[in-house]
Amino acid sequence: MNANLLEVENLTKHFTLNGDLVSRLAGRTKTLKAVDDISFEIKAGETLGLVGESGCGKSTTGRLITRLVEPTSGAVRLKGEDLLSLTGDRLLQARKALQLVFQDPYSSLNPRKTIMQILQRPLEIHGLAKTWNEKRERVLELLNLVGLGREHVDRYPHEFSGGQRQRIAIARALALDPELVIGDEPVSALDVSIQAQILNLFRELQEQFSLTYLFIAHDLSVVRHISDRVAVMYVGKIVETGPAAAIFSDPQHPYTRALMAAVPEADPKKPPPKLTLTGEVATPIDPPPGCRLSGRCPIATPNCRTDPPPLREIAPQHRVACHNI
Amino acid sequence: MAEPVLELDELTVKFHLKRGELKAVDGVSLKVRRGETFGLVGESGSGKSVTARTIMRLLPNPPAEIAGGRVVYEGRDIYDLDEREMRALRGREIAMVFQEPMSALNPVFTVATQIGDVLRTNLGMSKAEARERTVELLSMVGIPSPHSRIDSFVHEFSGGMRQRVMLAMALSCDPKFLIADEPTTALDVTIQATILELIGRMIEEKGMSLLFITHNLGVVAHACDTIGVMYASHLVELADKEEIFSNPQHPYTLGLLNSIPRLDQQQRYLTPITGTVCNMIDPPRGCKFHPRCAHAMDVCRQTVPEFREIAPGHFSACHLNDMR
Repeated sequence: MNANLLEVENLTKHFTLNGDLVSRLAGRTKTLKAVDDISFEIKAGETLGLVGESGCGKSTTGRLITRLVEPTSGAVRLKGEDLLSLTGDRLLQARKALQLVFQDPYSSLNPRKTIMQILQRPLEIHGLAKTWNEKRERVLELLNLVGLGREHVDRYPHEFSGGQRQRIAIARALALDPELVIGDEPVSALDVSIQAQILNLFRELQEQFSLTYLFIAHDLSVVRHISDRVAVMYVGKIVETGPAAAIFSDPQHPYTRALMAAVPEADPKKPPPKLTLTGEVATPIDPPPGCRLSGRCPIATPNCRTDPPPLREIAPQHRVACHNI
Repeated sequence: MAEPVLELDELTVKFHLKRGELKAVDGVSLKVRRGETFGLVGESGSGKSVTARTIMRLLPNPPAEIAGGRVVYEGRDIYDLDEREMRALRGREIAMVFQEPMSALNPVFTVATQIGDVLRTNLGMSKAEARERTVELLSMVGIPSPHSRIDSFVHEFSGGMRQRVMLAMALSCDPKFLIADEPTTALDVTIQATILELIGRMIEEKGMSLLFITHNLGVVAHACDTIGVMYASHLVELADKEEIFSNPQHPYTLGLLNSIPRLDQQQRYLTPITGTVCNMIDPPRGCKFHPRCAHAMDVCRQTVPEFREIAPGHFSACHLNDMR
C-alpha cells in the first residue's frame, strides 16, 4: 500500500458576510460555511475525484490546499509537512510539488504572452533553467509531452483551440515536475470529442510520471472514468467517500444516490433521469445544525435535523455520513 | 404517421463577416411531426443554435443571410411572412426557451410584468387577467407559492427556478411548437432532471412538438424521439433514438458515442475523435469531417457526401454508405 501523499484534516473555510463594523456591532453578520470540517487523504499515484454540484465547496477545497484561499482552520499535509504553517521560501518550495489546472483555458492563460513566455515563467521563478537554451529545450520538451509541437512555441493563446489551450495549461502544470496535480473542472469547458482527448492525456501523463491527481468535477461520468477513489460533497461537507467502483455500483448516501439517478446516460435503454430529492439545495449560509440534506432527504429521521452525521466506515475504505445507513 | 409541422428544406445560412464568409448551416433538411420531440445534437459551432434561430427569424440580416432553402411551418414558408404575421407566429405558435435565463429574461422587470406583457400583447388580456394567468402559469411549472413569487425579480430566483420562469413565459400563449436551445446546460444535474421531466410533461399535456437543441447525448437519449446529429454546418445523421444509439452509421456519430465516459464501467482509455473541428471560414473540400475520420477515402476529400435514406427513416451523409 502506498503512503499518503496528501492528508487533509478538518479543513474548514468560513466566509463572513456583512463583515462591516456596523453589522458586527449589531450582531448581523452571517457565516458562509463553504468548506466545513472535511478530511480526506490521497495516496501517491492515485486519483481522487471530488464531485458535487455548484456551490458545494469542491473548488474552494482545491484552492485551500494550494493556499490560494487561506483556510479558517484545519491541516493540509503534503508528505507529512503542514502546508498551512509555511511562509516565504519554504511555501514557494512546497508549492513546486503542487500544481493546478483550471477550468477555463481562455482565462487561465495570459493573452499577451507567447506560449514560450508562459511555460518558461515557472522555470525562472524556481531557478530551474538559467540560459535561454535550457529554457527553450525544456519548454519544447513540455509541449511534446502534451501533444503540441515546436511550431506552436512562439504563438499566442488566441491562436489555439480550447482543447489545445488546455494542453498548454497542463504543460505549465508539469513544468516543475509536480507530485500532485489538482484539476479544477479541467474538461468541463470542452466539447465531448475534445474532452476525451484531454482525459486520455491526463491518464498518459499519470502513467509516465507517476502523478497523483485531485480531480474536481461535477460530471459524474468523467469522475467515474478518471478516479480510483471518489469523495462526494454536498453543501460544504463530504457525504460519502470510497473506491470509485463501490461508489458507482452501490452508492449509499441518499445524496449520492440522487446524483446518480439524475444523470441522463447516453443510452435510451437506461432508466430516464429523475430527481429523488424534494426541494432545493440547502444554503451554506448559517446552515442548520444537523445533516445538510435533512430537509430534502427521503429517509430523514428527527435526529438528522439536530445531529450532524459523522463519516462512518461501512465497508473497507467506504465511508458514509448518514444516520440511517 | 402524423404530418410534419415544421419542415426545413435544404436550409442554408451564411454569415458575412469581416474575416470572410461563413456557412453556419449548409443544406439542412429535416421534418418535425405533430407531437414529436426532435433532438438536434452537435458540438460548439456545429450550427444547431443558428438553425433554431433561423426558424424564429431571430438572426439579424446583415450579417446573417438565408442563402438557400425554406423553413416551412404548417404549410407556410416563414420567410414569406411580413413582420406583422411573424409577430403573430412568435409566442402564439412557436415559442423558444434559451440556455441562460439570466440573460434571456429582463433583470429590471418583475416576473409579473414580463409574463404579463406577453399575455397582454399577444392575447389582449387586461392587467388583472394577465396577473391571474401568470400565477396559474407559475404554479403549472412548479414554482412554490406563486402568489408571493410573482412580484420577484429574476435575480431573486435560483438557476432552476429561473428556467421554470422562462418555460412559463414560453408556454404562456399555448404555443403548438416549442424550441428549447440548451435549456438545461447551465444547470446542475439534479436540477436538469427536474426541468427535463417538466418539459416532457408539458409537451405531453399540451400535445406540443419540440425541437430540442443540445450538445449532451445523454439528454437527447431520454428527452427525444428522433435525433439529428450536426457537424460543421451539415446534418450528418438522422434517425429515431434507438437506431442512433444502437446502430450509428456516420463515423462522427460513432466517434461522439465512443468519446463519452460511461457510468456503468471503467475503461482505461477513451476512444476520442482525433484532431479538432475545421476552420469554418476556409473549410476543407469534400466531407468536412474527413480530416478527423479514420475511414476517409479519396472521394471524401473531393465531394460532399449526399444526405440520403440508407434504411427506412435512417438518413446519413457519408460515402461509406455507397460502398455497403
